[in-house]
Amino acid sequence: MAETPRDAVIIGGNRIPFARAHGAYAKASNQAMLTSALNGLVARYGLQGEQLGAVSGGAVLKHSKNFNLVRESALGTPLDPRTPAYDVQMACATGTEAIGSLANKIKLGQIDSAIGGGVDSISDAPIVVSDELRAILMEATRAKSAGQRLKALAKIRPGHLAPQAPGTGEPRTGLSMGEHMAITADKWGISRQEQDELAVASHKNLAAAYESGFFDDLVSPFKGLNADNNLRADSSMEKLTKLSPVFGKDLGENATMTAANSTPLTDGASAVLLGSEEWADAHDLPKLANFVDYEQGAVDFVDGAEGLLMAPTYAAARMLKRNGLTFEDFEYFEIHEAFASTVLAQMKAWESADFCRDVLGLDQPLGSIDRSKLNVHGSSLAAGHPFAATGGRIVATLAKLLHGKPGKLGFISVCAAGGQGITAIIEGR
Amino acid sequence: MAQDSYTEFANTGFGKKLTSALGLPQPAKLRRYRPEDPIIHGPVMVIGSTEASDTLARHLLGWGLDVRRHIGPKDRVAAVVAMFDSVATPAQLSETVLGVGGLLKQLKSSARVITVFRDPEHTEDPAVRAARKGVEGLTRSLAHEMRAGGTANGIVLHEELDMAAPSVAGALRFLLSGRSAFVSGQFITVDSVNGTLPTDWAAPLAGQVAVVTGAARGIGAAIARTLHRDGARVIAVDVPAAGEQLARVANEVSGTALQLDITRDDAGERILDHAEQYYGRLDIVVHNAGITRDKLLANMDSSRWDSVIAVNIESQLRMNRALLNSELFNRPEGTVGPRVVSLASTSGIAGNRGQSNYAASKAGVMGMVSASSAQLQARHGTVNAVAPGFIETEMTAKMPLATREVARRLNSLNQGGRPEDVAETIAYLASPAAAGTSGLTLRVCGQNLVGA
Repeated sequence: MAETPRDAVIIGGNRIPFARAHGAYAKASNQAMLTSALNGLVARYGLQGEQLGAVSGGAVLKHSKNFNLVRESALGTPLDPRTPAYDVQMACATGTEAIGSLANKIKLGQIDSAIGGGVDSISDAPIVVSDELRAILMEATRAKSAGQRLKALAKIRPGHLAPQAPGTGEPRTGLSMGEHMAITADKWGISRQEQDELAVASHKNLAAAYESGFFDDLVSPFKGLNADNNLRADSSMEKLTKLSPVFGKDLGENATMTAANSTPLTDGASAVLLGSEEWADAHDLPKLANFVDYEQGAVDFVDGAEGLLMAPTYAAARMLKRNGLTFEDFEYFEIHEAFASTVLAQMKAWESADFCRDVLGLDQPLGSIDRSKLNVHGSSLAAGHPFAATGGRIVATLAKLLHGKPGKLGFISVCAAGGQGITAIIEGR
Repeated sequence: MAQDSYTEFANTGFGKKLTSALGLPQPAKLRRYRPEDPIIHGPVMVIGSTEASDTLARHLLGWGLDVRRHIGPKDRVAAVVAMFDSVATPAQLSETVLGVGGLLKQLKSSARVITVFRDPEHTEDPAVRAARKGVEGLTRSLAHEMRAGGTANGIVLHEELDMAAPSVAGALRFLLSGRSAFVSGQFITVDSVNGTLPTDWAAPLAGQVAVVTGAARGIGAAIARTLHRDGARVIAVDVPAAGEQLARVANEVSGTALQLDITRDDAGERILDHAEQYYGRLDIVVHNAGITRDKLLANMDSSRWDSVIAVNIESQLRMNRALLNSELFNRPEGTVGPRVVSLASTSGIAGNRGQSNYAASKAGVMGMVSASSAQLQARHGTVNAVAPGFIETEMTAKMPLATREVARRLNSLNQGGRPEDVAETIAYLASPAAAGTSGLTLRVCGQNLVGA
């Protein structure tokens, strides 16, 4: 693997349970949720009064008043207020990007400790006014006299007043993420049955992890919710096959994506504690795993050259090559289930000799991923997917899975809006 | 926590007059411990002329107290320490008793009477045992007669124990101080010379690591705060479902939060792992977590019965086995060992209608504590229980108003205790200054009339 000056150690994580939108957290703000996740992390690891190197994270859907969301959240915790904190944003890869870049700073010796994470709320999403109304209001603001101001405001028409809620549509194509994915799923011939099976496995695995107490030190309750409320422990093929497709309906018979094999809109927050080995030891903190490396990717989806959510396929190839690794070297795989078909399409691409040779430029395909190593404690289909919070969930879960398995590797893939994505490598210790 | 409006009212000028004229209970505002306050405000009378009384008087003087042997008829007295350590027949009680009696009208508010005597069970001589049992009886009666927030308690010494033993001083200081505000009519037994007095009485638990189960709210949260105030580093434990409040408590006391269901088979090991990882030591374990599932026995189902037994006593037995097997609980000779304090209940002493399951579990705790004492003492440690009476908590706030009002007044202090009162007693029993006391169940109940 690539040599770095020193290790970036994953010490632990905390998240609040993820809640389906407009439900348990309907009245919770991004800041309240992220603060709660941070407070739980501070409490778990006794970080009160501690000055950390940095706190980094973000939200995909953010009010303009939250320009300093992470800093404001960190100030609401018992951390030393001299801890710098800042926002990053890379759509659904926000959390992973925050954690990855913090790990890099630790490896370089720029900082010794950090918290990375993210938060998102569909229930508390910013509603904006129309561009026309905004232009009028700005003109009124610039007015130098009452007359000019009135003249500007007189331009307001009833139609201008309709608020605009944020959507998950791609600005450049106008298609929703689900519609984009439906095209990719069709292209790769992902069957309905495969998708439903993956969804059932996600629910079963997450339920079993809760049952075994795996999340006892990864999740702390918020607003009376103790566990992810999208989780359906009794999920079954029988139930899932009854659902009608919701995306790609113009594919007719070939429409495969349902509400069950697509992630629901979700509210939630997560945080991961990182440190150098020395810092962890000096603070008597556990060392679950190392954050070894990560890679960003982006694809040309606008012209339809590649699927919107396929960027991790490319990032993975580069990252594995740089580290001299193959899929055989990994003990666990965490592939974010934006849609069941996202996971399946990425895996098919890695198995495809043609794709790996012609598109990724590899001598041989990256190969298949053993399903018994995939999302073993469930993923986004069951837990839900509060966009920026998913990275923290995955990193903390995988780090705990690899703890006590020194040298064993874990693989992460997270797709993101805008045709981007991130892959990462974690090593147990 | 429910507001005790009656006590508020009875402490106003008009309220005092009215409750007095009507012969109603007159609950006083109790003197509670604050580290910056003196142990007690005013003169402390020591009655008794034995050598032992000189030893105790020296302790009191060493703490800067105004110790008196005689006092003018108009002077106010803050505390009376009555030495009965050498009584051999009931007839010999009278001199000291009447000396105490003569001072009762001169007592200040939240005054203390402390009787000191040898353990009645340690003598086979009928006259001696009768005399010592007599001290118990008169102490309890005196506790009923105390007014204005005053209490009366006893310190019971092992037959051979030197009065200079650290834990005698520890017990004396606890009973004099505001820490024992809601303790009355009780006896603290001191069995051994184990124990050390702190260099800083404001931080008697400095450098120690304590686990508190059920720490997310109520009495458990108060215990975590009190142990932290006394200098301990706190591991706050509660079920994962209470994690949000647990984090709040842990952050408040600069401790660590451990989300754990204590009924898990490996709960003890998980606590030990946590203590080892984060602190490298474990000195104090407070088994506070408990639940109630009240039902008349005729209507009791197995889930109500079994869950109460599982949480309130079986879990403690299992955790204690793990703790006793742990290297963290071993201590070299000459040091103070690990201290375990369990929450019992006056329901476990007197029984309570609708609480056969709870009473069984809490009586079980007292049994466990007395039977575990030898094992802990072998590690130079202690195990004790605290039995709260009516305490103002979220739980008791849910009682029907009339029931709650009656429950509050059914003790010698005419009021409910606070979670902090329970916590103070636990902090005392967990302190190195109480290492000579083990196997005891100490009630924090204001001398509740139930199960006296």
